[in-house]
Amino acid sequence: MSKPKKVITIGGGVAGTEVSSLLAELGYDVTLIEKNSQTGGKLNGWSHLFPTGRPAAQVAEFLQHKVQRNSFKTICQTDVSQVVFGNGSFLVKTSGDERLPADAVVISTGFDIFDATRKEEYGYSVYENVITSVDLENRLKAGAPITTAAGNKPCRIAFIHCVGSRDEKCGNHHCSKVCCVTGVKQATELAKQLPQAEIFCFYMDLRMFGLPYESMYREAQEKYNIQFIRGRLSEAAENADGTLQIKAEDTLSGRPLKMQVDLVVLLVGMVPGKNTAHMADLFELQREPNGFLQTEDPHLFKNRSSRKGVFLAGTCTGPMTVDETLDHARSAALDIHHYLQNK
Amino acid sequence: MNAFGFKLIEPRSIDFDQFDGRLLNEILEKEPSFKICLSCGGCTATCNAGTLIDFNIRKMNLLLRRGEITGLAREIDKCMLCGKCMLVCPRGINIRNVIMLLKKGLVQYRNENI
Ligand code: SF4
Ligand code: SF4
Ligand code: SF4
Repeated sequence: MSKPKKVITIGGGVAGTEVSSLLAELGYDVTLIEKNSQTGGKLNGWSHLFPTGRPAAQVAEFLQHKVQRNSFKTICQTDVSQVVFGNGSFLVKTSGDERLPADAVVISTGFDIFDATRKEEYGYSVYENVITSVDLENRLKAGAPITTAAGNKPCRIAFIHCVGSRDEKCGNHHCSKVCCVTGVKQATELAKQLPQAEIFCFYMDLRMFGLPYESMYREAQEKYNIQFIRGRLSEAAENADGTLQIKAEDTLSGRPLKMQVDLVVLLVGMVPGKNTAHMADLFELQREPNGFLQTEDPHLFKNRSSRKGVFLAGTCTGPMTVDETLDHARSAALDIHHYLQNK
Repeated sequence: MNAFGFKLIEPRSIDFDQFDGRLLNEILEKEPSFKICLSCGGCTATCNAGTLIDFNIRKMNLLLRRGEITGLAREIDKCMLCGKCMLVCPRGINIRNVIMLLKKGLVQYRNENI
């Protein structure tokens, strides 16, 4: 029997762990390189997943369980520092001075969260009651009651859509796709926790693309009294008592609107990860104008990069939900399997 | 007409069949960035004129897009050309240039229609 072919996965989030588990199960010799101290990626910080409301930890455990069952090599706290291209193979050098040969490489370096301090007019990290959806998710996960910086129950909360997405000023033209439904999910969670609070979502367009998402939106209105205002926030300013004055146009009534709120939640978008950009350079891959990695064919070969033998899985190719990321990782495993069998 | 208990009023609906796109097309040609406005209202929210008096730059531009140009000349004079709206526009539209072109275009339009 010939020795199993070698696959290297770069990035051990949802996509990377799933694709590695599946390839190991198929008998390949898989090594997963992860830059953080543990695998699991951003999922580890999420509290509950839309649309089911299932604890994110359950999905993380499922993935972890698969990793353990299909033992493959995982190298944490390690970066890829150099790649040598062979004839249909690769030699990957790591920051730990390892030299790993591979017959195929999977890039699953994911996305970064938009740095909200870049939208200076919203005052993130300047005003203490302006937080991001990621901060909120982390707090919800920690199980801490949601309060203002002074420790009071917020009476009025505003969610701001499209922060760092669909914004020429940040250089991000794309829609991050998941933040609209994340906003509805988080607004609903806050409404349950703070039934007295008034909650508003300021949106430009509401993108409820998944089958159950429209029902979540409807439920948010019907059951939780969440109000949706169509208008983009122009700025936020802090009052002496720490509350915030926000300004938008209520475009549907055609009038400027100002509102005093206790807490502002910025729905930050997904941008191509720094590591993803680094991999594009190392492997000399094509990128889309928005910075995400280009696939060989957006309909037919969504897991192939512009270089033969280098495959793509997950949000390094664009914004995705957790479920879509899993699907994408699974199709990557199958595509790699075919590729290696015919090699 | 009032003697009969009713008066003639302008129809409320936007009549696309009577669409007069001359002014709009000229502005779009000279300032193509205006094509990509998504009517988010960021400009109106930040506009100093709009918070003090009845002036809505987004709505005004939208009326132009619908060929509804009567009354625009009076509206446009409320703009101070400060350019603040351009700082917040997520589509990077040169709103001030749109306004300038509209001002010039309205004069020309009036002359042509005499
Ligand atoms: S999903 Fe919604 S909030 Fe997110 S970028 Fe798209 S439109 Fe904006
Ligand atoms: S801010 Fe820009 S995109 Fe938004 S309504 Fe004004 S001109 Fe249009
Ligand atoms: S340029 Fe005109 S429309 Fe724009 S903010 Fe200034 S006054 Fe308002």
